[in-house]
Amino acid sequence: MTLQQEFAPPTSAKLVVDQVSKSFRPDGRNRVQALERATLRVDEGEFVCLVGPSGCGKSTLLNLIAGLEAPDDGTLSSDGEPIRAPGRDRMMMFQESALFPWLNALGNVMFSLKLKPGLTDAERSEVAHYYLKLVGLENFERASIHELSGGMKQRVALARALAPNPRVLLMDEPFAALDALTREQLYGDLQRIWAERKKTIVFVTHNVREACCLGNRVILFSKSPGRIREEFKIDLPRPRDINSVDLAEYATRIMRSLKGHLAASTPEAQE
Amino acid sequence: MKRTFTALVFFALLVAGWHFGRDYMVRTHRWSPVLVPSPESVARYLWENTFAAEILTPSGVPEPNLNRWLLFLAAWVTVKRLLLGYLIGLVAGVPLGFLTARVQVARDTLGVLALGLQGLPSVCWVPPALLWFGQTESAMLFVVVMGTLWSVVLATETGVRHVNPLYIRAAQTMGSRGLHTWRKVILPAALPFIVSGMKQGWAFAWRSLMAAEIYVTILSGAGLGYLLNNGRDLNAMEQVIGIMLVIVAIGLLADKVLFAPWENFLHRRWGTAK
Repeated sequence: MTLQQEFAPPTSAKLVVDQVSKSFRPDGRNRVQALERATLRVDEGEFVCLVGPSGCGKSTLLNLIAGLEAPDDGTLSSDGEPIRAPGRDRMMMFQESALFPWLNALGNVMFSLKLKPGLTDAERSEVAHYYLKLVGLENFERASIHELSGGMKQRVALARALAPNPRVLLMDEPFAALDALTREQLYGDLQRIWAERKKTIVFVTHNVREACCLGNRVILFSKSPGRIREEFKIDLPRPRDINSVDLAEYATRIMRSLKGHLAASTPEAQE
Repeated sequence: MKRTFTALVFFALLVAGWHFGRDYMVRTHRWSPVLVPSPESVARYLWENTFAAEILTPSGVPEPNLNRWLLFLAAWVTVKRLLLGYLIGLVAGVPLGFLTARVQVARDTLGVLALGLQGLPSVCWVPPALLWFGQTESAMLFVVVMGTLWSVVLATETGVRHVNPLYIRAAQTMGSRGLHTWRKVILPAALPFIVSGMKQGWAFAWRSLMAAEIYVTILSGAGLGYLLNNGRDLNAMEQVIGIMLVIVAIGLLADKVLFAPWENFLHRRWGTAK
């Protein structure tokens, strides 16, 4: 039994992506179909991982959900409202921390809070302290960003994204640049925070094991053109350990499927 | 402490070298004592034109010092021109830099103009400024603004174009829009470039102002440049050297007061080398 089933009836989808297509012209001439007729429903409180090779459109889909880009075709909605622009209910985390070097750790968390109306400064500061503590950085509030390690930076970025209390967290390979040990710690932290704070999370990664460790569902993409291919439910108890044997079984199955799609899509790409 | 000591020893040796070297050259009749003043005479000039309440007449009778505070007044006249012009250049330059960075048309027009005029030594603006504004404060202000403005515009443009787009996207997802993004994200992110542009603008403005003050008498106030040229007219080399020392001191002070705090901030936050 997962949290999602506990709390939300399957009819009330939090995020709905309906027949969405998006193409780019990276060199100004050749059109690249980044995403073709993608359809996806994410329920309230669900943890969904998007997996696929580079260039399969998974990051594009995340940017579309964030509202940073507009689709060529199709519709996206959050809580039934169409997504037209970035919104505070959907916070995003990037592969690079994207922390502002001119502010210290606390200042970075306060940046997102200051943009949230209806709070007094004292409340904002209290919330910022709370989230820095939640990610285990209460002793580094005054630190400059360059003084933090890669893992600590991503923790601050996580606190910054969580602080305005968004319902949805969009994460674009946030742990890809970290060492394995730090990553494993963050898997634990993220699962704990997800369960405690009841967030809806869409998590992009190219690491299949990572996806199995974190997600309730893993969505498999293939590229050229970017399409949603398959969906896997991960029914493992939490907190999950990325090194467990059960998890490895899921990962192997998804990996095999991924390779099958890759082989199938290669001749298509050469056309 | 040790560094201060080293610096003190260095400058003491420099002055001692000046004193004894000049003494020797004058005694052996190789240098004219008038053209190369002794450090003592320069020090006396500085003292008698700043703090001294009374001076001694050649016959040894003390009398009230009419030139008391003279150097401070002259320095203030110069620094006022500089600061005012510099501030105008800065306040105008940063938004113009934003504009040229973000609007293609502005980049193709104003940006090219800025690049061209930045290459023009700003002392070239002295003759037209004198014809347009006369021997007035306005002429001085114009020269200083022209010295500052283009460097600031170009540095700001470069800074804005180097801002990591990820910062802007991150800020957008947090709800930042329009002016807020400019003020709270793009401006601080471009700060390292803007500060270096500010320094360059300052250097250009300071040099062109000095040239202008030496070149022409400004009727509305005698600045340091005027006094320096006046020293030449009077064959008073201790005055010329004394004023040059004051100019050096102002340059050092500007660096410490205007730029060091910014550079320390950048160093602390960005972790760049000092």
